[in-house]
Amino acid sequence: MQERLQTLKEEALTQIEAASSMKELQDIRVAYLGKKGPITEILRGMGKLSAEERPKMGQLANDIRAAISEKLDEKTQVMEKAAVEEKLKEETIDITLPGRPVKKGNHHPLTRVIEEIEDLFLGMGFSIAEGPEVETDYYNFEALNLPKDHPARDMQDSFYVTEETLLRTHTSPMQARTMEKLNGEGPVKIIVPGKVYRRDTDDATHSHQFMQIEGLMVGEDVRMSDLKGVLQSFAKKMFGEEREIRLRPSFFPFTEPSVEMDISCFNCGGSGCSVCKSTGWIEILGGGMVHPNVLRMSGFDPEKVTGFAFGMGPERIAMLKYGIDDIRHFYTNDSRFIKQFKHI
Amino acid sequence: MLVSLNWLSQYVDLEGYSADELAELITKGGIEVETVESLNKGIKGVVIGHVLECVGHPDADKLSVCKVDIGEEEPVQIICGAANIAKGQYVAVAKVGAVLPGNFKIKKAKLRGEPSHGMICSLQELGIESKLVQKEYAEGIFVFSDEVTPGEDALEYLNLNDNVLELGLTPNRADAMNMIGIAYEVGAVLNRPISLPSPELVRSEENAEDYVSVRVENEENTPYYGATIIKDITVKPSPQWLVNRLVSAGIRPINNVVDITNFVLLEYGQPLHAFDYDRFGSKEVVVRRANQGEKIVTLDDTERTLSSDHLVITNGTNPVAVAGVMGGADSEVQQDTTTVLLEAAYFNSKLVRKSSKDLGLRSDSSARFEKGIDRNRVVPASERAAQLMQELAGGTVLRGVSEQGARHIEAKDVTVEVSRINQVLGTEISESDVAAIFDRLQFSYKNFGGTFTVQVPPRRPDITITEDLIEEVGRLYGYDNVPATLPITESTPGQLTDFQLKRRRVRRLLEGAGLYQAVTYSLTSPAKRVFFSDESPEAIRLAMPMSEERSELRTSLLPHLLEAAQYNINRQLENLAFYETASVFLPSGSDLPEEQEHLAGVMTGLWQEHPWQKEKKPADFFVIKGIVEEIAEDLGLEDRLTFVRAEEPKLHPGRTAAIQLDGELIGYIGQLHPEVEKELDLPETYVFELNLEKVLKANVAHLKYAKLPRFPSVTRDVALVVDETLEAAEVKRVIKEVGGDKLVDINLFDVYQGEHLEDGKKSLAFSLRYYNPEQTLTEEEVKNAHDRVLQAVEEQFGAALRS
Repeated sequence: MQERLQTLKEEALTQIEAASSMKELQDIRVAYLGKKGPITEILRGMGKLSAEERPKMGQLANDIRAAISEKLDEKTQVMEKAAVEEKLKEETIDITLPGRPVKKGNHHPLTRVIEEIEDLFLGMGFSIAEGPEVETDYYNFEALNLPKDHPARDMQDSFYVTEETLLRTHTSPMQARTMEKLNGEGPVKIIVPGKVYRRDTDDATHSHQFMQIEGLMVGEDVRMSDLKGVLQSFAKKMFGEEREIRLRPSFFPFTEPSVEMDISCFNCGGSGCSVCKSTGWIEILGGGMVHPNVLRMSGFDPEKVTGFAFGMGPERIAMLKYGIDDIRHFYTNDSRFIKQFKHI
Repeated sequence: MLVSLNWLSQYVDLEGYSADELAELITKGGIEVETVESLNKGIKGVVIGHVLECVGHPDADKLSVCKVDIGEEEPVQIICGAANIAKGQYVAVAKVGAVLPGNFKIKKAKLRGEPSHGMICSLQELGIESKLVQKEYAEGIFVFSDEVTPGEDALEYLNLNDNVLELGLTPNRADAMNMIGIAYEVGAVLNRPISLPSPELVRSEENAEDYVSVRVENEENTPYYGATIIKDITVKPSPQWLVNRLVSAGIRPINNVVDITNFVLLEYGQPLHAFDYDRFGSKEVVVRRANQGEKIVTLDDTERTLSSDHLVITNGTNPVAVAGVMGGADSEVQQDTTTVLLEAAYFNSKLVRKSSKDLGLRSDSSARFEKGIDRNRVVPASERAAQLMQELAGGTVLRGVSEQGARHIEAKDVTVEVSRINQVLGTEISESDVAAIFDRLQFSYKNFGGTFTVQVPPRRPDITITEDLIEEVGRLYGYDNVPATLPITESTPGQLTDFQLKRRRVRRLLEGAGLYQAVTYSLTSPAKRVFFSDESPEAIRLAMPMSEERSELRTSLLPHLLEAAQYNINRQLENLAFYETASVFLPSGSDLPEEQEHLAGVMTGLWQEHPWQKEKKPADFFVIKGIVEEIAEDLGLEDRLTFVRAEEPKLHPGRTAAIQLDGELIGYIGQLHPEVEKELDLPETYVFELNLEKVLKANVAHLKYAKLPRFPSVTRDVALVVDETLEAAEVKRVIKEVGGDKLVDINLFDVYQGEHLEDGKKSLAFSLRYYNPEQTLTEEEVKNAHDRVLQAVEEQFGAALRS
């Protein structure tokens, strides 16, 4: 009996070793360890043995059962692992194939520049005011210290709709509109982005429609040095930390004193190149201290408050910042142009 | 304004500064120098030559063989082709080895067998613009009229070693439209004294008043008018120094009398006019408004029709000049003129501007009058011109001036406190620094404890209030010296308005969905103004459009967006998705139009594409509708925004919907009508446009958390066979109506038509989810609700369950 058991064990282990599929292993398990299997049968015949031999033989049979079972488990694991490996191998892909693009659009470069500037000024406590594109002569000119017949009106030939209304030539009318609503109570801190229109023939540097961002701050003790400080933050944010600014005297009817702001050339750093026309400086915007007539007409007392204002052109800023050579690109909407402003 | 530095140095010492340095300092002082131009365009080796002999070339009719003394041991032989060459002339000679503008090198040459050692030059060959060359030299070589020495540098005599600054003057700085004004400015910038001309006149015994009387009808229009009479004039070319001055300023020399008035205009900023006294037509000057329809032929030989808006100089009967703008042809100074009536006047700037604008006639004179001249310089300028006519034209100046009006006005007082200067500029400028700046400007002032009362001279009419003086101090103190500070005011929250915030979200969402933002023009043509049938028939039209193409303000955004699509399609860019947010302009009945912010989108070609997976998703109605629905959901309006079948002439009749918000029409969505596509040469194109303001301004309740489900929900799918014309939304509406409060979700998951279905029928499959937030649903609850649904759709639509 003992021999028979040993033989069975040898047989089973050999068969397990040779098995090549899970099915075979299952068959072997049923054949050797099943209720009708030879070991069960041997154990059934143990009644014929002596009481002494019986436990010994039982022990041996159980050991053999365990050995076979263990071997079966072992082999199953090996085969399962191989099967998984086989499956993984089959699932292998060419990871260099292009990914499935999430096709997104992006905003127009002018919106990009405007929002960047908006966010900068929001951070400084300014809010964003928007106003009508068709304006009255009063808000566009007169309230800005530009009475009818003022020679400075030549500077910006305009599109009139009627004698008293026109397409705004700047976003400055919102200065008066905003201040009027406040009944002389400051502070006023706004920026005004928007479309403006001038009687120009469209070419590489002129556009009859373009964007402007006006800024206005009015309050007690607002100084020109504050204007310089605010514009310096702006220049560094838009054109890089190393930028320096300079203010040059200029003239606008709605500010006194008036200035123009240059930034040190971001291309050459100030040593002179084609971008800055060898001067080291690039003209960016105009501004100044709000003219007392403007304050007065909008209900503020120039004895009590002062203010600064500035106006800049997002097209110009975008052209400088991104090296765009023709202002018409902003309005032809060539998708190859707009798509270039996708990444940060 | 062109400023010759040689000329300017007559009034202020420029020693020690290069042209570029001066330009930088003047720019920083407040007058922008736009360009610095050297008049020498690369010339070397041009000297004065004396033509000793000049004979015809033996083998060429048009050439002359000249012996020219160029200050060397021997005269040289030069062949010259100019018709006006003659023996005895002093001319400009480019010697062998000389360089002319454009790097043109002069070499020994043989012309038709005769050797030529150099070239006799025209002014154009020396780099002077043709329009500035005197008529007598326009077609040939230049001949010196002054006494000169052969061999000397010709450039010095022709002022070609000069530098010229071009100033970009802002309208307030009319004071710098003349050399004296610029001398004041540069003197202040450099802190150097200036010296001005002081004309000395010898006057004859005869009185001007015996020759002419002056009558001004309205002194408000003409505060001062003076007529000086100069007799015994000889009209001839001006001396070279005067020619040089004019050429450097960009004015063509004509003859001594005209040149003198132009010179004084440039020097003093005072426009003068010289009439030929014998051609004036009377002995009286009357300054009045023109009669309606009155005519005058101006110096440019053009007949002008005047109105009562215009001021004219007359001889008592006929106009002889448009005041401050241009003289008349009849009384023009000519070669035979011997007596000159010299006008020096101060005309109202608005009237000059009006005449100049109406007549479309801008002159150096009108440009100055319009912006305001120095009242106190009118008489000195006329004296300066009289003195020069005496000196350069042999004239005799009569005693006195026939005049009307005051010659002088008083300086105006403007007050400023040092503390105010520093308060506005954010600086700490001392009292003595302020005083020093006013000294540099040559302003007289009184200072009482830091309060300066400044007497502003009439040459600076731009300074009228305290702030103007603050600017003067600031610009000369230097804005570089103003510190950069941050404002000290009460803090204000800087934030976007609800509207601005939502608009940014909508833009981001559209971009996330694959659309690119476009920006197009607001001005359009009448044909492109309108897209939808319910748009305003009336347009906001420009009074004076530059072209019909840009004559009206648009009432919809789509035409220009479609134009952008066309532009791209024409460049083989086929997959397009654009959106724009912008205002449209609608007549409102009040002064200003109603400006309504719209959102529009255009899609054509593929929306998504994954090439190697062979997946292509073309833009279609449901793509663009899905995007609009997504906007609604993003703004919390998903249950309030609905799509209703609609018809629009420019849209596909079967693929168009009106977009409604709370039942109100706010826009349209659909495919372009195939005829429109054909007309615009566009492929299948889908569009939408809606009133963005309505969408962004709709009140939406605050977002609130809904409890997570605690009980299982039950889902029942149902496929309904209905008429193919029945709209899914209608079925959904009925399901929702009868489903009860436990029916929480209705999702259409299949639409089928074709095999196994009757013709004219379609199957709509919905997935209905039932849920009770209080407890687990019972089978009966679900069955009741579901039965109600099935019964309702059967009753209303004859819908059969699909097996």
